[in-house]
Amino acid sequence: MARAHFGPVPYAKPFALELVRHMLRIRRFEERCAELYGTGHIRGFLHLYIGEEAVATGALTALGPEDALVGTYREHGHALVRGIAPGVLMAEMFGQREGCCRGRGGSMHIFDARTRFYGGNAIVGGGLPLGVGLALADRMRSLARVTACFFGEGAVAEGVFHESLNLAALWRLPVLFCCENNLYAMGTALARSESETDLCAKARSFRIPAERVDGMDVVAVHEATKAAVAEVRAGRGPRFLEFQTYRFRAHSMFDPELYRAKAEVEEWKERGPIHTFTARLKDQGLLCEDEFLTLEREVQHEIDAAVAFARAGTNEPVEELTRDVRAAEGQA
Amino acid sequence: MSTYREALREAHREALARDERVFLMGEDVGRYGGTYAVSRGLLEEFGPERVRDTPLSELAFVGAGIGAALGGMRPIVEIMTVNFSLLALDQIVNTAALLRHMSGGQFHVPLVIRMATGAGRQLAAQHSHSLEGWYAHVPGLKVLAPATVADARWMLWPALCEPDPVILFEHVLLYNLEGDPGSAEGGSDITHACVRRTGERVTLIAYGGTLGKSLQAAEQLAQEGVECEVIDLRVLRPLDEETLLASVKKTRHAVVVDEGWRSGALAAEVAARIAEGAFYELDSPVQRVCTAEVPIPYAKHLEEAALPQVSSIVAAVRAAL
Ligand SMILES: Cc1ncc(C[n+]2csc(CCOP(=O)(O)OP(=O)(O)O)c2C)c(N)n1
Repeated sequence: MARAHFGPVPYAKPFALELVRHMLRIRRFEERCAELYGTGHIRGFLHLYIGEEAVATGALTALGPEDALVGTYREHGHALVRGIAPGVLMAEMFGQREGCCRGRGGSMHIFDARTRFYGGNAIVGGGLPLGVGLALADRMRSLARVTACFFGEGAVAEGVFHESLNLAALWRLPVLFCCENNLYAMGTALARSESETDLCAKARSFRIPAERVDGMDVVAVHEATKAAVAEVRAGRGPRFLEFQTYRFRAHSMFDPELYRAKAEVEEWKERGPIHTFTARLKDQGLLCEDEFLTLEREVQHEIDAAVAFARAGTNEPVEELTRDVRAAEGQA
Repeated sequence: MSTYREALREAHREALARDERVFLMGEDVGRYGGTYAVSRGLLEEFGPERVRDTPLSELAFVGAGIGAALGGMRPIVEIMTVNFSLLALDQIVNTAALLRHMSGGQFHVPLVIRMATGAGRQLAAQHSHSLEGWYAHVPGLKVLAPATVADARWMLWPALCEPDPVILFEHVLLYNLEGDPGSAEGGSDITHACVRRTGERVTLIAYGGTLGKSLQAAEQLAQEGVECEVIDLRVLRPLDEETLLASVKKTRHAVVVDEGWRSGALAAEVAARIAEGAFYELDSPVQRVCTAEVPIPYAKHLEEAALPQVSSIVAAVRAAL
């Protein structure tokens, strides 16, 4: 396990608190999702990001609004940090018309054009070439934008990972590959699926500069991403970041977790991204308990409001089932 | 009694015990116990050489299954779902299906590929495909769709005895189905369709996930005095035309139920065979009940609206009469 020492937090109070708020929002939102799964309001597959909040939070706060994001089916956290309203996200998971995809996608398929959020891709590795192509378009249109492409370490085994990295490097495209290494692809531990477990070495074999980052430390994530984004934006080609992290919950709601020891999960929880960060802030006098409780309360209100919004949602009329398969007459 | 899942597990156990060339490989078939828990316990029983977890690399491990079959083994390759089999489609269609013919009969690929298929669990567009018809399009493949506990129990071994590649589709809604696994004599046929209910008025033709719905529709129609004959295709390639046509010639009406999209679905092929072979015996046009031509939506009411349902099957039967 990565045991890196957490350093001092180099941020002014407002930004530090923003980071806490993002992480807390993801955590509470997803805890509520798990409950709502139990009550049958959310169905299908639900993959929780709990434990990995520092990655989306630290990384996405280093992007600009003009940049694009490509995610996986474990993307609630990214969607929230990117600015998709919690209510709209929750309504999507309820399968309602008020959801960001009219309830057609659900938890695994969050898309949002306004924030350039390109999914929501549930075929492992499927988002990688998409990210490469978005970056290709930016390059061809001379736009100084970055595409951040997120995927789990499981995707590294797919052929498309290698094909995508090669293409991006060959054409020096402005894409930032963000590998969320939570050590398990469903029940398969990294060491049991990779002959070379150094993921950065794979990226470097394509001549892509790569860096391993402590994904439990939101500061480390943010700083590494900021630096990499600057390089990519400056036209120096793709970059690869491996965020070492851990999911505290099961792979999905159907997983009996036969493949890992409870003690291992507990050990990682000690390095949980939220409490370790707030502890540092308190040590540095950037956060007091009252402020933290206020934050908690505000986030709780937000989530309550999101659930209320979703509960008040409506079904898309069945007559619209075939809408949006192809463009309607005259539609762009 | 057993579940469909347990019946499949028992079939694997039998095959692994019976022939040392048989091994199972796929994503999370070992430690995790199988995505749909089919292989739970097999790793402990047969060890990691014969129950092999693979990396997330469908193209490579399916291709490796083909190679191992060429090399003298009898692999069972599990692909989590048909959706992910698209990553391996090249090896299945461009290699496994062609090798015997392309090599002038020198090589053959005794390989079984299993995968889950179908919708109905609100898993949305990328996890709900029903592409059996695509595979049934390809010469060189044999395609099976066990729809009962007995077929789940007894189709695997004969599939492994085939000298050429066999694909076995397991509809996701069937894993918890309970039934009598019966005996080998009753279930080991992998050539014929099966009449699951006899009737005189209409022939309902279904397979996999739509068999249960068709039987329910038949039950409902029987209350109204409309006796349906329900045929379970079981073997999607090559189609058992004889059983199909015999029934249609008797009832003079046919309704084909298929979870594939209507355009180019297996149902279209079945309808064409009926038109070719029983045109003059038909009293009305063949009806099809297929999935609406949309990616399967997540929302429950939309998913239900997209898929064949008992009510739509009943309506199609009425239209046929
Ligand atoms: C091509 C493909 N194969 C298999 C799956 C089933 N599956 C969904 S998630 C997953 C594990 C992926 O692990 P990883 O990439 O490490 O991401 P994590 O779930 O840990 O975030 C698997 C095997 C899939 N969705 N797509």
